[in-house]
Amino acid sequence: MEQTIRLRINGEPKELTVRPRRLLVDLLRYDLGLTGTKEGCSVGVCGACTVLVNGKNIASCITPAVFVDGCDITTIEGLAEDGRLHPLQQAFIDYGGFQCGICTPGQIMAAKALLDENPHPTEAEIKEWMMGNLCRCTGYYKILDSIKAAAGSEA
Amino acid sequence: MIDFDYRAPTSLDEALALLQQHGESARVVAGGTALVIMMKQRLVQPELLVSLRRVPELDAIRADNGTLRLGATATHRAVETHPVVRERWPLLAETFHHVATVRIRNMATVGGSLAHGDPNQDPPPALIALDARARLRSATGEREVPVRELFLDYYETDVRPGEVLTEVLVPTPPPGAGWAWVKFLPRTADDYATVSVACLLTREPGTQRCRDVRLALGSAGTTPVRAEAAEAALRGEDLTPARLREAAQLVADAVDPIADFRGSSEYKREMAVVWARRALEQALARAAA
Repeated sequence: MEQTIRLRINGEPKELTVRPRRLLVDLLRYDLGLTGTKEGCSVGVCGACTVLVNGKNIASCITPAVFVDGCDITTIEGLAEDGRLHPLQQAFIDYGGFQCGICTPGQIMAAKALLDENPHPTEAEIKEWMMGNLCRCTGYYKILDSIKAAAGSEA
Repeated sequence: MIDFDYRAPTSLDEALALLQQHGESARVVAGGTALVIMMKQRLVQPELLVSLRRVPELDAIRADNGTLRLGATATHRAVETHPVVRERWPLLAETFHHVATVRIRNMATVGGSLAHGDPNQDPPPALIALDARARLRSATGEREVPVRELFLDYYETDVRPGEVLTEVLVPTPPPGAGWAWVKFLPRTADDYATVSVACLLTREPGTQRCRDVRLALGSAGTTPVRAEAAEAALRGEDLTPARLREAAQLVADAVDPIADFRGSSEYKREMAVVWARRALEQALARAAA
């Protein structure tokens, strides 16, 4: 029943033995200790569990890890380089893009997928893209400010 | 989620053989956005998932002699962003763009959405308005079914055990056709529609007369609904505002909406009429004179 899968997680190749029912979010959090990725709604709606699979933002709470065998996975832990925060992480600090923080890793990963595809989005494009990442503190204006700032700093 | 076996064959033939061998204890999966949630909720408990994720070429999107061919494992996002779809099938690009969120559109596939048979989904009415066909393959043969005949009942489709929906074929709309796709979303932008309407409309050149029209609705019953009486009331007739209003009124008898937290059946029936009229007006405005 267990299967061996190969993933590249934040650039590092991993060979893992999992049951098919093991969800990617649980593999990251419990098998690999990458607890930056959060689980919120468990049905793909809230965005807290957002990670990148081959550069695309997906919901890790409804993705069995076997589905992404052979893929590149990027989590919030993979953004900082040489101790320097990613411009999005820095912008969320500078512009107060979080309150309680539980949605923040998902917000930042979704925003990263946006800026990788569209480095200078309009405000309307940011709002439409980020619509699927809920903030239970409702701090949406600061999240928007943070992403706009990061998009500017990456210019 | 209970335990299941998982196979990800690298050819369609291998996938079909597995399905034939395991019968109804196996389920086909691609993006998983629908099936995995149903498994987590224990609404379905397959013993084996046969994944199409490693079958090469099954996610291809291409135009071929005027027919758009959407591979079953093409994601919603791939359809929405494809330059040929945007240019020549704008009704589809618009529809797929408004499904759920980017995150879900990166996962959910064309074939999965159809095979799921959820009457709240957005692509089926658009594909019905475009007269699309679904191609189904099994270990023993292949057949084509018009998308309008694919949906039998609530979450029930004509995809038989052992069959895989491999491709959706969408003809080019007639020259000068106007289109519309509208989705009534009173709650949140990523919600299922309270009602959605797709419309494709052609005028007789140089006249106000309707040559042909197709009108289909989502979230309006246990399956997607084609509003045939409304269509018949318009074909060959002058497309005046009053005529569009009268035709839209006929949608009330075509739909049988399910009451839920988005509204009562009566409310949704009223909204189906309102949004059908808006779709007809938009399609007419886009149709060549």
